[in-house]
Amino acid sequence: MARLSWAARLYIAAVVAAAAAVIAWGPFTFPSNSWRDIAILGLLLVVSESTATRLSPGDLSWSPNTTATLAAAVLVGPVGAALVGACTAFSLRRGPSPAQRAFNTGMMAVTAYIAGRVFVAMHGHVGVLNVNSFPGIIGPFAVAALAHVLVNYALVGGVLWLARNVEGTTRTSQAGMTRVLFSDLGYGAFGLLIAALWTVVGPFAPLLVLIPLFVARWAVAQFAEQQRAYEATVGALCQAVETKDFYTRGHSDRVSRGSVMIAREIGMRGDRVEALRYAGMLHDVGKLGVPTMVLQKTGKLTEEEYAAIQLHPMRGLDIVREIGFLDEALAGIMHHHERIDGRGYPMGLAGDEIPEFARVLAVADAFDSMTSTRSYRGARPTDEAIAELRKWAGTQFDPAFVDAFVAAIKREGWQRPEPPVLAADELATVPAQDHDDPSAPLRVIDSL
Amino acid sequence: MTERRHELRRYPWQVRDSGQLLLVVAAGVWLVASVAQTAATGLTDPRTAIAFGALIAFGEVLRLNLPGDRESAPVGLAGALAYALLIQVGHHQAKHSAHQVVTVAAVGMIVGALPHLAVGRPARLSGMAVRLLCVACVAYIFRPLAGNAAVVRDAGLAFSLMTSLAIAALLLEAVLNALLRVDEQRARFKVALVDEMRLQLPLGAAVGASALLIAFAAEVMGLAALAVFTAPLLVTQVALRRYAGIRATYLQTVRALAKVTEIGGYVEPGHSERVSRLAVAVGRELGIHEPQLLELEYAALMHDIGQLSLRDPITGGATIFVSPTDQQRIAGLGADVIQQAQVLGSVAEIVRRQNEPYRDIDPATGGYLDHPDGERDGPPLSSRIIKAANAFDDMVGSSLDPGRTAAAVHQLRLDTVREYDPEAVEALSRVVNRRSVIQM
Repeated sequence: MARLSWAARLYIAAVVAAAAAVIAWGPFTFPSNSWRDIAILGLLLVVSESTATRLSPGDLSWSPNTTATLAAAVLVGPVGAALVGACTAFSLRRGPSPAQRAFNTGMMAVTAYIAGRVFVAMHGHVGVLNVNSFPGIIGPFAVAALAHVLVNYALVGGVLWLARNVEGTTRTSQAGMTRVLFSDLGYGAFGLLIAALWTVVGPFAPLLVLIPLFVARWAVAQFAEQQRAYEATVGALCQAVETKDFYTRGHSDRVSRGSVMIAREIGMRGDRVEALRYAGMLHDVGKLGVPTMVLQKTGKLTEEEYAAIQLHPMRGLDIVREIGFLDEALAGIMHHHERIDGRGYPMGLAGDEIPEFARVLAVADAFDSMTSTRSYRGARPTDEAIAELRKWAGTQFDPAFVDAFVAAIKREGWQRPEPPVLAADELATVPAQDHDDPSAPLRVIDSL
Repeated sequence: MTERRHELRRYPWQVRDSGQLLLVVAAGVWLVASVAQTAATGLTDPRTAIAFGALIAFGEVLRLNLPGDRESAPVGLAGALAYALLIQVGHHQAKHSAHQVVTVAAVGMIVGALPHLAVGRPARLSGMAVRLLCVACVAYIFRPLAGNAAVVRDAGLAFSLMTSLAIAALLLEAVLNALLRVDEQRARFKVALVDEMRLQLPLGAAVGASALLIAFAAEVMGLAALAVFTAPLLVTQVALRRYAGIRATYLQTVRALAKVTEIGGYVEPGHSERVSRLAVAVGRELGIHEPQLLELEYAALMHDIGQLSLRDPITGGATIFVSPTDQQRIAGLGADVIQQAQVLGSVAEIVRRQNEPYRDIDPATGGYLDHPDGERDGPPLSSRIIKAANAFDDMVGSSLDPGRTAAAVHQLRLDTVREYDPEAVEALSRVVNRRSVIQM
């Protein structure tokens, strides 16, 4: 939000002014020890605000500060809650600009105040809870929490709408906002728990409640980090496998991306898309089992050599079998050279007998081969490769996946590989044929 | 996990000793005594007992396998600790005895273990015994105090007492688990304890806090507290389960892709796997901590990955029979590959330096080129371990013949003048001796 429009500035100023007004008008009719409670809850808010996480880069960030403001709404009433919300100003987060910080502060104060008012209006009793408060308090609290989340949503939506043309603010997805909504409601529920525990352990309540919450977030972060590490490692190792064959560098990666494009286009379920992505990365691993000499042969292949090439999907399966993948990914790797008409290898399956993953991989695999430079021909233009795919649809490829792929390419485009630049010492490793290229089938010596 | 057990059976130097049995028997005796006592006096406040028992059983069903074959049941343990620390449920004071806590916890655990047995997973008695002992210790200290007027009235006193007991229980759990590890894997106790605490600290904090929350909240909210405060622990558990899953897949993938060199004919079949097992055993013998042990395992599995960049396989693939410059080059190529992953920086470093000699020798004088201040910029310990393990496997292969093993170790010892780290070689000698002694 580097340069804001006047409307946005005005909007932010209005929110801040509203916050100042509700705090200034009071009434400050709470007991004296409430100041201690407000301070502790404010501290809690600063801590949770300072540990906010971004939903995704450049996206909205969110934090469990709803917990603190809603607990305050119950324990110290609307004005106290507004004061706690105003503590957002002390956030230790470095990211937000002064304008963002001012808006966040004003917004949290106003939101907390309204939630507190709603709680009182619903006949919720402000103050420390006791055994008799349950379950009567749950109704008013739930309405207050909902009001809190909705006001928050509306105020943030307003500023995003006014600042929508400013460079740097990406549009937040509907799904992302919904997720924030629900997690905020969840965190809000913990506000009631803090309020309930306040009776028993006093100011230790937030500490106790927040430990499990922070550990839960830590665990989720650990998982995400491990997942990233895993993907990076698989990618690097696949590249290692490819270094052997100069022309096919990046092939696995592109096949993986192409397969995912097809999968998304046909609306495949998320976890299957993930498995398919790995299957794409690993689909040619078995080529390592084929002697380099055969892969790089210039002339026609003998029957034995052709058999060695036909075995590479099986070799690939041997290598990746022990990885705890979905079985589907394994089947995809094994059958990615089957043809719809049953003339493929290694099993000669036809039509629907071929696993879905394999049919998807086959399309992406052939397409990338055709649009890449080979020693015996240059890279074909995308249109020509699409025409070629269409030509073989129904005999070699599943027409449905060809259509899906073409549609996806039309929309998203296709990043073609850079033409390879040969280094001096690499001239020797130039393969003269490509087993993936449907337009130039492997030449096999006719035994008859 | 089944794979782990498989390994144990295959590698006799890792057989379990009697420590586990001792622990299970101790917990069993305690349990029998408590059940007898409870049966004699009858169940106090059965509704609460059943609610907590159900929570413990539920937690036991949702057991979690953390990296390093650590089993834990966070929800179950939190429930059991909360039951031991309970002071008041709603308007009623909690008057159940310590015996009853042990009985309820044990029954809950056993009921929760039944589904695991039904689907053919092991019952994991030792883990249950550890948890039961921790809960029992807390219960026997706190139950008599829970009825005390001072504790009931003074919330601050109760809070500090309960907090310290929860911390003590979790420390006890770490110590017992570390002892089991020492027993099982011949790790050093101090190393095992530090690893255990580091790994379990976040989860332990969440378990302890949840136990306290349930115990306190029961006073205000009654038994609803059980369901409410289990929720964050469940989120943690789901995330950690997925984390452990992806870590296992990670290791399997690295293992599988390390086999690429074997299928490509670059190295002997099984070489990477054997070197990695041996290197990890040696590393553990030398007291390497678990995170570094994992890096060592990755590096050992991928130590030959650089050969993939070669045009043609080296015959036999045994890299100690190749010229040192070529070895260095292959190691460098492999490190470059790993470096591309960007997340395995130290693994790449280990692989890069796996062939460096332990000591540099001045070609002019024939003396060591040690730095005067004693600080040497030598290869990292993990590289030295891989160097020794790799050389050992090149000489011995999959053979378990004691004569051949002894000859290989002797050869390595002779080369400690320059090539191999004497400490690593001695540790390796101990590891392979254990293996061959049991084999005979």
